[in-house]
Amino acid sequence: MSSKLTRDEIAARVAKDIPEGAYVNLGIGLPTLVANHLPADREVILHTENGMLGMGPAPAKGEEDPDLINAGKQPVTELPGCAFFHHADSFAMMRGGHLDICVLGAFQVSAKGDLANWHTGAPDAIPAVGGAMDLAIGAKSVFVMMELLTRDGKSKLVADCSYPLTGVGCVSRVYTDMAVFDITPEGVTVTDLFGDTSFEALLEITGLPLKLAQ
Amino acid sequence: MISKLVASTAQALADVPDGATILIGGFGAAGQPVELIDALLEQGAKDLTIVNNNAGNGTTGLAALLAAGRVRKIVCSFPRQADSQVFDGLYRAGKIELELVPQGNLAERIRAAGAGIGAFFTPTAYGTPLAQGKETREINGRQYVLEYPLHADYALIKADRGDRWGNLTYRKTARNFGPIMASAARIAVAQVREIADLGQLDPESIATPGIFVKRVVKIGATLAKEQA
Repeated sequence: MSSKLTRDEIAARVAKDIPEGAYVNLGIGLPTLVANHLPADREVILHTENGMLGMGPAPAKGEEDPDLINAGKQPVTELPGCAFFHHADSFAMMRGGHLDICVLGAFQVSAKGDLANWHTGAPDAIPAVGGAMDLAIGAKSVFVMMELLTRDGKSKLVADCSYPLTGVGCVSRVYTDMAVFDITPEGVTVTDLFGDTSFEALLEITGLPLKLAQ
Repeated sequence: MISKLVASTAQALADVPDGATILIGGFGAAGQPVELIDALLEQGAKDLTIVNNNAGNGTTGLAALLAAGRVRKIVCSFPRQADSQVFDGLYRAGKIELELVPQGNLAERIRAAGAGIGAFFTPTAYGTPLAQGKETREINGRQYVLEYPLHADYALIKADRGDRWGNLTYRKTARNFGPIMASAARIAVAQVREIADLGQLDPESIATPGIFVKRVVKIGATLAKEQA
């Protein structure tokens, strides 16, 4: 067994926790993989910020409609029961607390649930925020999906974010390639361990006072 | 007889002055009023403030307007994209001002302008660099940031069908900012694929009632389709 989950395996793990009837927004990038792992017999309604509920998968080649795209500007399809609406309504669905779950990527998540996913803070970087800040504060549950370590081996789950914040205390659960973490008012709990990752190893990697779920 | 129909995009934008604030609809290519943007480029107004979700893609449309040096400031949520090289170059050279706004705040500020709201408190961006220097308030135990409406002189939007009263329908996710931008501008100009006779549009499916629209111009083919 490989010691870490692949991106698709993380996506499958996230999909397992999305219940029937949930209204869900999948952020651009890694989180879009989650849609591929939702079982066909489970009714989950996908929201896209550019004005659609009931978004379906990518169309067959040649069937693309440039007026029918997702937040990543990729072509998508209509499912029976889908609806279109303007941008203020779309963001009211987030900001008004109507979405059950959003799944976002992250540069860093803090032990208090602060999220940093829009800007590295590098002086020459051109900032772009899109809908990230609205999703972060709006959905009832904010799931983060990311690899636990940066390319140079540092934990992205940290005591305090060093990157500019997207939202304060907004993340409820973090799915990584090594473990699943629940952010609670009492601290960070490890609820799932993957491969040969041990709880002790996570303590060392993160430097956080983690608890192990019973 | 009321007629908001105008014969050409040039006529629709003939009175845009230098220094105007212009809302431009679209999310990427979907709903982007390409022909109206081209007409604005041709018309020559400069020192413009442009509000759009993005900051131009490739070298046509909004990107061409930026490249021509006609835009002083852009208000948007997501300037950086794989093909935003025109904006990137101007921004790095200090030749364009950027006001970066979270997308929901952008939409709500536009909606608020159209609805006559003086300002509103929003939870979005609280505690982040994009709320720096802004008034905040705790309401029922939650922190909010004060945001002001975003009024404009013009709105350029792309709809699907329109009639001589200015009623508009849209197509799929190309609706995006169209209805709220139409309501927030002094002069909303809509380009449409097709002009419908009065009474032909299903009143139940009119997403922008004509009261919000001043000018309607027919373009013909759906452009996003040809460009894709």
